[in-house]
Amino acid sequence: MLKPLVDDDGAPYFEYAAKGELRMQTCANCGEVLFPPRPMCPRCQGIEFAWKLMSGRGHVWSFAVPHPPLLPDYAALAPYPVVVVELEEDRRLRVVGNLVAAEEADINSVDPATIEIGQPVRAVFREIEGFFVAAWIPDA
Amino acid sequence: MNPTPLKDRAAIVGIGQTEFAKHLEPSEKALACRAIAMALDDAGIAAHEVDAFAAYTMEATDEVEIAKAVGAGDVTFFSRVGFGGGGSCATVGHLAMAIATGQADVGVAWRSRKRGSGPRPWTDTVNQLATPAQWTRPFGLLRPVDEIAVLTRRYMHEYGMTREQLGAVALACRNRANANPAAIMYDRPLTLDDYLSARMISDPLCLFDNCLETDGALAVVMVSAERAVDCRREPVYVHAFGQGLPAQHHGMVNYWNDDPLAGPSWTAARQLWKHADFGPADVDVAQIYDAFTPLIPLSLEGYGFCAKGEGGAFADDGGLELGGRLPVNTSGGGLSEAYVHGFNLITEGVRQLRGTSANQVAGASTCLVTAGEAVPTSAVLLRRD
Repeated sequence: MLKPLVDDDGAPYFEYAAKGELRMQTCANCGEVLFPPRPMCPRCQGIEFAWKLMSGRGHVWSFAVPHPPLLPDYAALAPYPVVVVELEEDRRLRVVGNLVAAEEADINSVDPATIEIGQPVRAVFREIEGFFVAAWIPDA
Repeated sequence: MNPTPLKDRAAIVGIGQTEFAKHLEPSEKALACRAIAMALDDAGIAAHEVDAFAAYTMEATDEVEIAKAVGAGDVTFFSRVGFGGGGSCATVGHLAMAIATGQADVGVAWRSRKRGSGPRPWTDTVNQLATPAQWTRPFGLLRPVDEIAVLTRRYMHEYGMTREQLGAVALACRNRANANPAAIMYDRPLTLDDYLSARMISDPLCLFDNCLETDGALAVVMVSAERAVDCRREPVYVHAFGQGLPAQHHGMVNYWNDDPLAGPSWTAARQLWKHADFGPADVDVAQIYDAFTPLIPLSLEGYGFCAKGEGGAFADDGGLELGGRLPVNTSGGGLSEAYVHGFNLITEGVRQLRGTSANQVAGASTCLVTAGEAVPTSAVLLRRD
């Protein structure tokens, strides 16, 4: 499986993910929450940032269900759903991830036919080949 | 000062193309040279007169190699445009600006690509993971089709677009290809049943929502309006040109702003129409970038042919067919003629205004050509006298 490429701007996100926290880059000057991370706040041009803890709750904004041809690790699990989740704190904060039946379940563990746009989900964190990433599970 | 110094100041006077196939033997460099030589011959202009080039950043052969092979003279303008198929019309636009401002006299734009027999870019897992892909690809949105599938499902949810409407887009292109001997799909008819029963590639998008994978090369030659009237062919003028990189745009994974369904075409369109003497209702025929079927409804909205959310319904009742509301992709487009990063849409726009298309729209005098929607994009409005 592909692992995220960590760059200067995004490194804190993955450090917090390893601790089980979903945190978003936030401008220390004006408070704008930024995703994806970047080196400057587009609202006030601030260059100092804090990392704001998110609730980890959101709703499915949309999803795709890839079928082959795919990279071999993904083809072996296809078809699998990939969701874009709108965080409840701000609808422009949309995080791409896998919707899974349980924290350690495979990326094809949720039947795509059962997924609905707007359904509530919550973040869990799981290790993939030594790397921690957020995944989403259906929320009550 | 002239408020629209670009308008009708430069013209496309030559077009050239190699054959299109899943596999062609010559290199991309050799194919590029052949297409350029054919375009110069079409224009009746000698190679040593060429003093400007414009190409995509994804083009594998640089200007040095092209110029010394085709026999260009001293070159005084050369530019590259990024973002894959979003750069197609900008190559023409940049040459038009260079010619209108006196930086060059004879410009060549080209695209040569062996996408049919060469590698799929998304399989390059080293270079494809930089921002923003690190936030999407590890989870399995590996290919452009996956990224567009996400937008498509949201569009269907918000506006009720149906798979039948996407099928109508695919069929409009295929029906034109079936009358175009140069098209890869010339002898391959498609029905709505074929479309609806095709295998999924990234649900909700199926096989026929995807463009072809083609080897081929194309080129255009451009000169000033003054010189164009003395060329071998009837001039096709660049009436207006726009590029579009919207505020807070994120490329094909454009999920992180207020309205991801209003893409770069909206920005390019505002620039395009600002300087045009006519509007969308006056466009006789359009060549709309179609790496994937949903890019056509999204672009129709962006360029003002219908209201937001009505792009799907625009394809109903033969709306995109010959004789419909707006005939599109009259060579078959990327979906059914050839996928050469949209450059074949430019040459088909020229043929329509010369009156030489295999699917000629009677009396066509204006044509919109667009580059890739969902990436930083560009568009040109072409017209004839």
